[in-house]
Amino acid sequence: MMNRAVIEFTNFSFQYRAQTEPTLQDINLTIYEGEKVLIVGPSGSGKSTLAHAINGLIPATYPGEISGTLRVMGQDQQELGIAGLSERVGTVLQDPDGQFVGLTVGEDIAFKLENDAVSQSEMTGKVTEAAHAVDIYDFLGASPQELSGGQKQKTTLAGVLVGEVDILLFDEPLASLDPYTGTKTIELIDRVQQQTGKTVIIIEHRLEDVLHRAVDRIIVINEGRIAADLPAAELLSSGLLQEAGIREPLYLTVLKYAGCPITPDIKPEHIETIVLEDAAGKLRDWYLANDEQPEYLDCPPVLELRDLSFGYEKNHPVLHGVSLKLGKGEMVSIAGKNGAGKSTVSKLICGFYRPSSGSILMNGRDIGSDSIKERASRIGFVMQNPNHMISKTMIFDEVALGLKVRGMAESDIEKRVHEVLQVCGLYPFRNWPVSALSYGQKKRVTIASILVLQPEIIILDEPTAGQDYRHYNEMMEFLLGLSKQGITVIMITHDMHLMLEYAQRTIVLADGRKIADDRPERVLSDKAIIHSANLKETSLYRLAERAEIDQSSEFVRRFIAFDREARQG
Amino acid sequence: MKVKMLSYTDLDTPIHRLTGATKLLFFVLWSVSAMITYDTRVLVVMLLFSLFVFKISRVPFQQYAFVLYFILIFFVLNHLAIFLFSPLEGVSIYGTRHDIFHIAGRYTVTWEQLFYQLNIALKYAVVIPMALLFLLTTDPSEFAASLNRIGVNYRIAYSVSLALRYIPDIQRDYENISFSAQARGIDTSRKEKLPTRLKNIAAILFPLILTSVERIDKISTAMELRGFGRGSRRTWYSLRPFTKSDYIALALIILIAAASAVITFYDGSRFYNIFVE
Repeated sequence: MMNRAVIEFTNFSFQYRAQTEPTLQDINLTIYEGEKVLIVGPSGSGKSTLAHAINGLIPATYPGEISGTLRVMGQDQQELGIAGLSERVGTVLQDPDGQFVGLTVGEDIAFKLENDAVSQSEMTGKVTEAAHAVDIYDFLGASPQELSGGQKQKTTLAGVLVGEVDILLFDEPLASLDPYTGTKTIELIDRVQQQTGKTVIIIEHRLEDVLHRAVDRIIVINEGRIAADLPAAELLSSGLLQEAGIREPLYLTVLKYAGCPITPDIKPEHIETIVLEDAAGKLRDWYLANDEQPEYLDCPPVLELRDLSFGYEKNHPVLHGVSLKLGKGEMVSIAGKNGAGKSTVSKLICGFYRPSSGSILMNGRDIGSDSIKERASRIGFVMQNPNHMISKTMIFDEVALGLKVRGMAESDIEKRVHEVLQVCGLYPFRNWPVSALSYGQKKRVTIASILVLQPEIIILDEPTAGQDYRHYNEMMEFLLGLSKQGITVIMITHDMHLMLEYAQRTIVLADGRKIADDRPERVLSDKAIIHSANLKETSLYRLAERAEIDQSSEFVRRFIAFDREARQG
Repeated sequence: MKVKMLSYTDLDTPIHRLTGATKLLFFVLWSVSAMITYDTRVLVVMLLFSLFVFKISRVPFQQYAFVLYFILIFFVLNHLAIFLFSPLEGVSIYGTRHDIFHIAGRYTVTWEQLFYQLNIALKYAVVIPMALLFLLTTDPSEFAASLNRIGVNYRIAYSVSLALRYIPDIQRDYENISFSAQARGIDTSRKEKLPTRLKNIAAILFPLILTSVERIDKISTAMELRGFGRGSRRTWYSLRPFTKSDYIALALIILIAAASAVITFYDGSRFYNIFVE
């Protein structure tokens, strides 16, 4: 029944020109026609490099040394070149915003056809067909700014389908999507694959999210080599994921804690298919045994928003009377769809805009008349993209910048900067250029450059977006450390693991109104709230339901607490 | 600041409905005519016409306000410079001299100079609305298609349209970057002294350039993966066929250009002279 091979790596190695070590080493891998393959691996494992070899960005855009062979649809990768490969492999990149070339949906879908010099009349027909396939036809005339994240992703996929390629390659398709849109994207990929029978390759590190729909095989890449090449059930039953630093689905972690063995026979690849039988009893026992109640410390309030309203234009309010309180040293997450008012709230707190009504109190004092600069010494704001913040070439200068403009003496600056660099684990790099750092380290530099001003509150926009499990963990433990020192940490995020594991409270905004403000495990068990914030139900709740544990949010809370202890060893 | 500056908005007016190629040709011929002629009568008629067209297009003021102020500053500087470097240019052009008052040294204000500079001002006033209108009413990708149609290499045409298309994105980046800079105390407002202010603006430009390069990198990769630049020619999804109004507009501009040339050169000089007795 095996179909013909569409991708064949034979002893394939690749070394980027600027690197001293090969990024991919001795890869032997065959992917067959019509297969759906998931490639996972931590950051820097070489999984993106593998994707770049398949679509030809290697060596066309990223030059380097290739040894061994790669054949795509039976032809040599290097002979085909990036142009020839674009006929056979359609790539969907992460971040649909960055790859939108057309001014309208229709034009973007047509881009490949335009480049192939297809006549205008023929083009219109093909664009219509592709738009119907992904269900975006009604938006052909819309501009990218008018679209939701999911619609953008659909457009990108249609733009690839229209080229009649044999292989669809998804390079971290979930990285910039909220949980709900991510789920819909996985469903869409699955539907398109079933309808067209094309070969699908998905590169992702968010394993549990991709497994929402079945895949034929999972390939684990670690340190430039293939660490595993197994069907999902077998991989999940092995310990190979942990070795590679990939997070397994959370429901499996709970089952392991409860002492249930994971084997391919119980179909562990999906929360709905998994056979529980006596595992349900073990789960209930585990739940009852771990009934330790946490102490909730009452934090003195630092910041209070009272009935805050705001609109960028008259008669178009984006916030309607939002009130909330934040305690000293608290870690709070703010969730909501794009446009729900999350970033507007933080911009009002920092003073970038003035509220149309309502007030902001800090330590009981109205700060409405304070300037941005005055507020900045107490409230720090860290943007999602570190490159938006970094304006100096050297790490020390970047962190010192805020103090320099405040006219502090050189010797004091040095002392403070060194202290902060210690706290952020950047001290050994203090004399390095910023450009030599990884993405996660750059992010730390931006946090350091805010911390040096000694704020009482720090607001972070998506602190862990696009980072793998290890980097996520490092970043969040670091932030937790800050909150323990009494700094209030506000995180704008739709990462549900982050909320559950680190937030003491989750605030949900929808259409400019606050609709929830409670412990994250309780907020995330409310279906209506989940829906209005584009979140999704986590597998843990479903597992609690299936094991007939009534208090699903308490079950989740106990799991998170247990997991925390287990991870810290 | 949510208003998009200098970017295309999709309105349905007779001006928006014209194809990009028509608008481009119109704009080029119009500018050439306005540049050649110093005939005040022609310039006044052209000014009235351009204001009329501007009105039809219904472009909201906020979209070009900033650019307009910017141009006005240069306009004033330009006029001062003309007077500074050749205060008697008008006298040598019109061949007569009617002094109004003497300032110092070779600087005397004459009616001839004032009239000459009035004509230059009119040229500005004739070309600027058309230039703004062209930018504000032309769909960038349709513009690229038009450039390609009149013979420009499609790679160049497309990069021009991408640049236009990314104006709003870069404005958004700028806003975000400047916010975060202000929060760290890097003030670019008038409260700072000029040297500090310039230094602070540089501190914002660095990340802006970096993010823009990042953006370009991403988009060019995406384009290459979708086969951009393979063939020697490409087709255009948004290319619009010429309609009757395009032909009318083209006929009109040829007529205007011809009429302006005839009136201007009728008496053998580009300069309309009101000082001959």
